[in-house]
Amino acid sequence: MNINATLLAQLIMFVLFVWFCMKFVWTPIVAALDARKKQIADGLADAERAKHDLELASKRSAEILREAKEKAGEIVASGEKRASEIVEEAKGQAKVEGDRIIAGAKAEIDQEVFRAKEQLRTQVSAIALAGAGKILGREIDAKAHNDLLDKLVAEI
Amino acid sequence: MSSELAHGTGEVAHEAAHTSAEYIKHHLQNLTYGQLSDGTWGIAHSAEEAKAMGFWALNLDTLIMSLLLGAVIMFMFRSVAKSVVTGVPSGLQNFCEWAIEFIDTSVRGSFSAKNALVAPLALTIFFWVFSMNLMDLIPIDWVPGLLGMMGVPFFKVVPSTDPNATFGMAIGVFLLVLYYSVKMKGFGGFMGELTLQPFGKWGMPVNFLLEGVNLIAKPISLALRLFGNMYAGEMIFILIALMGGAWAGFSMGGVTLFGSQILLSLGWAIFHILIVTLQAFIFMTLTVVYLDMAHQEHH
Repeated sequence: MNINATLLAQLIMFVLFVWFCMKFVWTPIVAALDARKKQIADGLADAERAKHDLELASKRSAEILREAKEKAGEIVASGEKRASEIVEEAKGQAKVEGDRIIAGAKAEIDQEVFRAKEQLRTQVSAIALAGAGKILGREIDAKAHNDLLDKLVAEI
Repeated sequence: MSSELAHGTGEVAHEAAHTSAEYIKHHLQNLTYGQLSDGTWGIAHSAEEAKAMGFWALNLDTLIMSLLLGAVIMFMFRSVAKSVVTGVPSGLQNFCEWAIEFIDTSVRGSFSAKNALVAPLALTIFFWVFSMNLMDLIPIDWVPGLLGMMGVPFFKVVPSTDPNATFGMAIGVFLLVLYYSVKMKGFGGFMGELTLQPFGKWGMPVNFLLEGVNLIAKPISLALRLFGNMYAGEMIFILIALMGGAWAGFSMGGVTLFGSQILLSLGWAIFHILIVTLQAFIFMTLTVVYLDMAHQEHH
């Protein structure tokens, strides 16, 4: 219980422990705690930013989707228009072609009719001639009555 | 000595009282190393011998225990500090981080200036004093009894029941208070603080007396509070331990009394956990407050 040199030794020990604690204990642990605090704060900030980014991205994607839909609609509409145009065009072309074919056929028919008429006419003149010859009972002088016959043929 | 008492059922009351006094004295005597009366250096084998050694003697038990405890504490914290990770902490690091946060919060609460020394100082004081106080919970006869068998005459396990230990720390704190007072306020400012208030410059001697007492009271109260509390606590442990042995001398119900000693010891030990922690905390907080006052400018 006496006060003696132990006091000085304790004082020195105390100083040494405090110095050791300050230098080798407190500083590194507090540094680690601060670093962790910063990490957590950064992490939270990052999360917040990511959330914000996500919101923006989803907004943007919705917009893009909407635009794409619009565009697709436009494309479909123009495609339909173009299809009907093509159909109309085809229809017109077909009509023109048909008309052309019909006209060709008609011309041919006319030609055919004309030819048949011509044939008929020559045959009729021959029949008429033969008929007339029979009626008259004698040979008609073809030469003498040629112009008369021609006149007759022309009349038929 | 205690075993003597525990088995001293056949002794007469007079002898029991005599050995009780010896028992108490024995438990309150430090293991002192110094110059013996014959001029040689060695360990004192009685209180008188220890007293005769004067100032230049060392209480080996106090020194060994406080050095051991301080080293254990510092080693624990250092091992964490070396492998400290900023990621998920585990095991001991959790505890150390909790301790540091706790000290940091306490220091921030009562220390307003900026000083990198104060928080580590508070940490050292708290855990060192706490561990020294905690030695009080070791059954009082274990360590001295064991060492007694090896021929060590005395051994006080609780360093904070030695005023040398508490005054050593308190003087350390006091020197810091003086240093920071002078550093923050200048020598003139500090002297002014001591002499110019509360009665102005015409009351200088009175001021100096009042402020001087105020200043000196800081380390003395710091040291004596811790010493007194731990000494008293130790004393009660000794008395409780004495009870069973001493009463067994003249009571036939000695076994019952011995049981009551165990119960009282347990009760006091549980209560003492509070005192142990509280005294460490008070020592730390007062240190921080005194240093805060040293940093503060008075107007």
